[in-house]
Amino acid sequence: MPFGLLKYGLSKNYPAKHHFTPAKELKKHYDVIIIGGGGHGAAIAYNLAKYHGITNVAILEKSYLGGGNTARNTAVIRSNYLTEAGVKFYSESVKLFNNLSNEFNYNVMMENRGQLTLAHSDAAIRSFRWRAEVNQHLGVRSELVDRQTIAELVPNLNMSEDSRFPIMAGLWHADGATARHDAVAWGYAKGACDRGVELHQLTEVEDIEITNGRVTAVKTNRGRVECGSVVQAVAGASSIVAKKAGIPLPIHCYPLQAMVTQPYKPILTPHVSSPQVHVYVHQTSRGEFVIGGGSDPYPLYNTRATLDQRESLSAAALELFPFLSQARLLRQWAGTTDMTPDYSPIMGLSPVENYYLDAGWGTWGFKATPICGVTMAELVATKKVPDLIKPFELERFYRFEQVNEAGATAASH
Amino acid sequence: MKLLTCPLNGKRNISEFTYGGEYHVMPDHRTSSARDWAEHVFFHDNVAGLVTEWWCHSASSFWFLAERNTITDEVIRTFKADEIYQQRVEFTAPETEV
Repeated sequence: MPFGLLKYGLSKNYPAKHHFTPAKELKKHYDVIIIGGGGHGAAIAYNLAKYHGITNVAILEKSYLGGGNTARNTAVIRSNYLTEAGVKFYSESVKLFNNLSNEFNYNVMMENRGQLTLAHSDAAIRSFRWRAEVNQHLGVRSELVDRQTIAELVPNLNMSEDSRFPIMAGLWHADGATARHDAVAWGYAKGACDRGVELHQLTEVEDIEITNGRVTAVKTNRGRVECGSVVQAVAGASSIVAKKAGIPLPIHCYPLQAMVTQPYKPILTPHVSSPQVHVYVHQTSRGEFVIGGGSDPYPLYNTRATLDQRESLSAAALELFPFLSQARLLRQWAGTTDMTPDYSPIMGLSPVENYYLDAGWGTWGFKATPICGVTMAELVATKKVPDLIKPFELERFYRFEQVNEAGATAASH
Repeated sequence: MKLLTCPLNGKRNISEFTYGGEYHVMPDHRTSSARDWAEHVFFHDNVAGLVTEWWCHSASSFWFLAERNTITDEVIRTFKADEIYQQRVEFTAPETEV
């Protein structure tokens, strides 16, 4: 009897539980200020509060929780990268993702569906073999698979040899997964707020005060706040915020476009990606086909959707899955990616002593959310850079020691 | 389809062009430190607003400059590089013993 549910809704014995603390005045001082209330910012706050006992923390978000690139990414979780630094980092993240719902006691809808990357050339097969070897050596489930295995894994994939780029082989990554991106940000923020962290939405950082090489306070549209240290986690606006602290970054912002169809019955289980035709496709648990991977050809701070990208993404998706030709598009959108010269993030120390960077998240930000929270919180709490993120420090560009991550989605574009 | 005006070839489809990076004053390669050179090569202003940047018309390999608004995606104007560069840059490095 559905009306029976009403008694819970109307009864005072079952009050509605709020996920987050309601808005209140900013305090005069916080031990840690986190600029940016996305998945990363919330994850850092969560880890500071839960594992380091640092709870006098404020997350300052200019818009609303998880409303930026946390909401705009296509929720792909994988660790089949190419560099040792990258594979180690992302595989830790995948492990944390697998336990995230238990960690929060909150369902993030994690689904271990596997990921298949397609090779359409001999060169791609060579690089996949390389990636598979590196991955297996570091304990990541990743293997080169032939056409027959691909046809078994994805029965509705176009395996025709008459297509423009016939499929020759694939890189099968059994650890590949997806999760609800909003729930990840909500879970972290809820856990942080339950432990005393303050989430301040509609609070924009306008200026950052630095005295003798240390951050002392930030000026916001709601007043000035003093702080012990600052973490910036504002992918898509990293250069703009870092500039307020006087820190130049090796980042160009490009829009990355994606689109989604109406919901259909479940027919596609794994996530399928093709670096050759520049597209990746998966079907969400709601039934929508997510079609992504269209990076704009020049930098822009604008999340508009273009007809050019709709055309090229559709053409590529239809080459792989011709049955989608009758599917109707529901919406198309863009997120702003922080593209770095080596396709790796910029994490850790900055030239300002107590100002920490969590930036340079191009097409690899969502999948790094849990490990970012763990490592950045450890850095802020102990002032020691964890080994896992040492290779990603900003200083690497001055030493010509880039982490060339050719396994990044955008690196193939 | 978006059009871009090439100072040599006139209005062309933007798919004929390649973006070539921000315009920066190059440090003197004979005197700059490795640090300054790294900053020149890898770091970007990445401004939200009006920028000056390099573009190339791929079909004719013609390089030129453009002023563009990175928020509205409007190209303000395009112009030939000789508006800025009057002199040839020589890349002869001082001889060093190996």
